[in-house]
Amino acid sequence: MSVNESLLLLVLASSLVPGVIIFFLPESRIRLRTLLNLTGAILKLLLIGYMLWGIQHGQIYILRYNLLLNLELVLKVDALAALFATLSAALWLLTTLYAVGYLERSPHRSRFFGFFSLCVTATVGVAMAGNLFTFFIFYELLTLSTYPLVVHRGTEAAIRAGNIYLIYTLSGGAVLLVAIIWLYSLLGQFEFIYGGVVAVLDSKYSPQLQIIFLLLIIGLGVKAALVPLHGWLPQAMVAPAPVSALLHAVAVVKAGAFGIIRIVYEVYGVEYLQSMNLLIPLAIAASITIIWGSLRALWQSDLKRRLAYSTVSQVSYIILGVSLFSPVSTIGGIVHLVHQGIMKITLFFCAGNYAETLGIHKISEMNGVGWRMPWTSIAFCIAALGMIGAPLTAGYISKLYLNQGAEIADQMWASGVLTVSSLFNATYFLPIMYRFWFKTQPQTWVQERIYARGRWETHGLLLIPPLVSAAATLVAGIFADTDWSPLYWVKLIVKREYLL
Amino acid sequence: MSDPIPWLILLPLLWGLLSFLLGVGRGGRLAIVCLVIQLALVALLVGQVVAEKDRYYAVGGWSAPLGIDLHVDGLASVMLLLTHVVILPLGIYARSYFSHNVEGVGYFWPMLGLLLAALNTLFMSADIFNIYVTLELLGLAAVGLVGTAGNTRSILAAIRYLLVTLLGSGVYLAGVALIYGSYGSVALAVLEPLIENEVSVAVFLAAILMLVGLLLKTALFPFHFWLPSAHGGAPTPVSALLSALVIKASFYLILRMWLGLYAPLATIQAAQLLGGLGAVAILWGSIMAFNQTRLKMLAAYSTVAQIGYFFLLFPLITEVGSEAAEIAMQGGVIQLVAHALAKAAMFAAAGVMILSMGKDDIALLSGISSRLPLTLFTFALAGVTLMGLPPTGGFIAKWLLISSAVSSGQWGWVVVMILGGLLSAGYVFKVLRQALLPAAAEMKFRPVNPSLEWPAFLLTFISLSLSFASNNVLNILGAG
Repeated sequence: MSVNESLLLLVLASSLVPGVIIFFLPESRIRLRTLLNLTGAILKLLLIGYMLWGIQHGQIYILRYNLLLNLELVLKVDALAALFATLSAALWLLTTLYAVGYLERSPHRSRFFGFFSLCVTATVGVAMAGNLFTFFIFYELLTLSTYPLVVHRGTEAAIRAGNIYLIYTLSGGAVLLVAIIWLYSLLGQFEFIYGGVVAVLDSKYSPQLQIIFLLLIIGLGVKAALVPLHGWLPQAMVAPAPVSALLHAVAVVKAGAFGIIRIVYEVYGVEYLQSMNLLIPLAIAASITIIWGSLRALWQSDLKRRLAYSTVSQVSYIILGVSLFSPVSTIGGIVHLVHQGIMKITLFFCAGNYAETLGIHKISEMNGVGWRMPWTSIAFCIAALGMIGAPLTAGYISKLYLNQGAEIADQMWASGVLTVSSLFNATYFLPIMYRFWFKTQPQTWVQERIYARGRWETHGLLLIPPLVSAAATLVAGIFADTDWSPLYWVKLIVKREYLL
Repeated sequence: MSDPIPWLILLPLLWGLLSFLLGVGRGGRLAIVCLVIQLALVALLVGQVVAEKDRYYAVGGWSAPLGIDLHVDGLASVMLLLTHVVILPLGIYARSYFSHNVEGVGYFWPMLGLLLAALNTLFMSADIFNIYVTLELLGLAAVGLVGTAGNTRSILAAIRYLLVTLLGSGVYLAGVALIYGSYGSVALAVLEPLIENEVSVAVFLAAILMLVGLLLKTALFPFHFWLPSAHGGAPTPVSALLSALVIKASFYLILRMWLGLYAPLATIQAAQLLGGLGAVAILWGSIMAFNQTRLKMLAAYSTVAQIGYFFLLFPLITEVGSEAAEIAMQGGVIQLVAHALAKAAMFAAAGVMILSMGKDDIALLSGISSRLPLTLFTFALAGVTLMGLPPTGGFIAKWLLISSAVSSGQWGWVVVMILGGLLSAGYVFKVLRQALLPAAAEMKFRPVNPSLEWPAFLLTFISLSLSFASNNVLNILGAG
């Protein structure tokens, strides 16, 4: 096995091995557990960083293992995989720090962190999968490893949310499996390739390919929370804050969106989909989701639920960008994969901070909270402004490219959808910010659990992660034109996807 | 010891007898040692089969039609290997299990020896009368094992099981008599070409009788009525053995005869009928499993459902293109192997949890995730195998079976397999969900010996690794 091949396995092992060890650690071994987690997270980040460098210098990272005759496991890190893997690894590190602070004193931490590591392993596996068979394995592993996290609290609401989560995701997985096997039976074994692979088939298979595309989108749409397959996402909010953060920013919803990107560009090929008139229906589905999610978010009085519906809407920005037939909108879509991740994780960290520190869950309870928890609130505002698409933030870049792309593709209605959605975003985020700073604090908070000590408004480990990710939101927006920004990397990907 | 074949039959009989004389403690130890030796013998035999194709052995130097032939091909090799891989960890588990003061150890080891000898002979038999003898032996040993606990419930379950197994082998024997009357031979090698030439009414009748007898023993819906009480009521190591291996033996015979002796009768209609019964079994078994309040009954009904899966194989291998049939066959065999490992692990894990809870009740599982994490993990992984989700052998099997169904255009069976997987998720997660709940304050868990937990985990670990080693299994299968 060559060095590059073993690197791929090491990336998986860097979270798998600590995860497995952690399962067997007694609850009391907090330090060892934290050490293992952080070592794994940092190691993973370093490994992926090295690969990022390698890809720019023409290295190829691919590992094939022949499982059966005509059935290969393929791990591959191309530019797109590297993007998603970097995002996962970076946010895993942040979320681990956060979770260590968040779960202090709560039971079953070994179990929690064990599954947390498995969940990241699965996500990175989804990123690195080089064909649909491998993709499916990690995709299902993700379902299985997140279930215990969703039900972690063991309350009745958690169990109900877990049931709904399983029903949606397992059914989606089943549909996906049928679609993948069907495709394999038509094409034989194939890998993800820039430009797609199905165009080689005779045109008599077109109707079948259309049905398969529909099934694939349904299967992946469950995790990507495409309306009307999004029902599980707002329910899953009962999970502990670090889980929601990871679920919404990288792990589950992004796995679905990422799968759709692979299907559109590297299985079907965007040219082929355009010629089959399959892109427009996908764009319409995404648009409906964008509007519906934003609308529902307006009505939520619970902060986490409002954020959840906002996720429903925002993830479909990615899908919309991908399904408009122009490289510029593709840039907007794929870069939003990263931008939405860092912004949404900030928002969920902050929501968790309010709940943990002051016992606040409802938006109506947030009067003047900005003066009690300034740092958290500043981070929240930056991320929320980013979601709205304010200049200087990462969200601005995404929306800029999406809008331009819609124009170039001559799909002005899409840009209308984006404008309406931005208006809604503003309508559900601005009043919160107003409450933060311009309303007077109540006499007592709902349930103040962590008291301010000097400069620290809450536990330090709860504060650092949102500040870092909020800073990243700004950096990704302000320095978008430098050649180490996500945008730069996405341009590289899109150049390859469109075979330019 | 140059030829392992006779030793695979003689050795278990020998240690079975000796363990009766030596008593429980030393008998058990002897059995474990011998099981290790047998595993090595099987490995040797499988190596020979892979190297030189089919292996024949004429008992006492007399070959058919006068004497008895033993025959080992690819499929038989897989079954022999599977049996020994499953039975060794279960043996270690059983030793520890019975040391936890559970009644019924008295006849366990002698019966186990007898059962194993019968199983090995059955897999290697090459004539339909010899098969009858092994079926009868296997049934009696299994009934003895079910009744070892000696309490009213287990005796009742054992008697019901005894009646079914006697009826099954009786009906089978009637079929054998018809064939012998028509052709004057019982050797498969002699009969196959004769039946291929012309199918008389007697042969048709014999085929139906033998099939019904074997279906009774395999517990395919609607013949499943005896299974839950027998498998759910027996001591746990026995439940595991029965669900993992014993029902596979009669299924193996059905498959054998479908492909060999009765191939001319294996029409698409018959295949659809078997597949249809299988589909009903999946549905019925899964729903019943979901409704159970006892862990072992849940696992037993899950077996009823999984047996249904095996029978979906028949429509997929009958009158379809050779490539689709081959893929289906591979999928079916991996399914057999994966299910055996997973179900043994599941019963074993359930047994550990029941010992710890002191009672077989799913509602009491709350909090067990922090007391017995390894065992719960074992149960969960076994469950994932049954659902056919990655990364397990069950997934590889499902992939192959669905691939075959898609390529032969049999979409109905695709739907059944997908639904079956989702239904099994229903009952597996029913258990896992309960186990992840916080413990009730008054609940006391008894400590459990790790020598119970690890063999169960080993079984599930093998089923996990099977997904990476399926190629090796298929190589053995393709050897014969």
